[in-house]
Amino acid sequence: MARVLINVPAKARRGEIIEIKTLISHPMESGFRTGTNGTMIPRDIITLFRCTHNGSEIFRAELSPAIAANPFISFFTVAAESGTLEFRWTGDNGFVQSETAELAVE
Amino acid sequence: MIRAADVLAAMTDRRTFIVRTAAIAAGAGAGRAWLFSSARATPQVMQEAIRAIVGEAVPQRGRITLDVPPLVENGNVVPLTITVDSPMTEADHVVSIHVVNEKNPQPHVISVTVGPRAGRAKLSTRIKLADSQQIVGLAEMSDGSFWTASADVVVTLAACVEPEVR
Repeated sequence: MARVLINVPAKARRGEIIEIKTLISHPMESGFRTGTNGTMIPRDIITLFRCTHNGSEIFRAELSPAIAANPFISFFTVAAESGTLEFRWTGDNGFVQSETAELAVE
Repeated sequence: MIRAADVLAAMTDRRTFIVRTAAIAAGAGAGRAWLFSSARATPQVMQEAIRAIVGEAVPQRGRITLDVPPLVENGNVVPLTITVDSPMTEADHVVSIHVVNEKNPQPHVISVTVGPRAGRAKLSTRIKLADSQQIVGLAEMSDGSFWTASADVVVTLAACVEPEVR
């Protein structure tokens, strides 16, 4: 399991625009580098990041090898209702990881 | 201690070398084109990538702010923030944001799907750059229009060139 850091404000006023920051540990091997034995290191990247709030998608990012190792993604959303934010990273070699965070809207 | 004059001399030498190499390449003609046909995004490939994103639409310049340092020391981690000027309402919002580059092995960097629920069309991430080059941001609006902006970045240590460290 890759280590994940998620920064979501614990509380938000209704209608407030909040910033969500995510970081996941992943090598993001581009597939364009040669290894110590002279052969190409095969590509191993995260290709898709999705964030859903109470089941509906609020953000989606398609990543390429040009994203730095340990992908950091920060985005915004309107705090409409309390609920669960689910973050899901999918990538090469069957990489899948999900994390959740609670958002309280008052 | 490194004197500025030495650095300048070294840079001039490198530039002369590049210019000469380019001249040789140009002189060699199509028969030797394979030498330079390695997998690498070029301005032309980037234009094709942009064409693939926008289709028949013509992107207009403006409404996008690409926040990227003009000079980066390490191309492996380059902070990039892209902001699109939009009210983000149900009637007028950003649908998607794309970033492409011209000199990495592949032109595509990131594509993001957003909507009125985003509140603010702003995205931050960290990217790799293989060379000093131009980065282009594209945004698709809910009315189908495309907007674009570009930024030039000088990279001193390129990504993708260092060997694997074990």
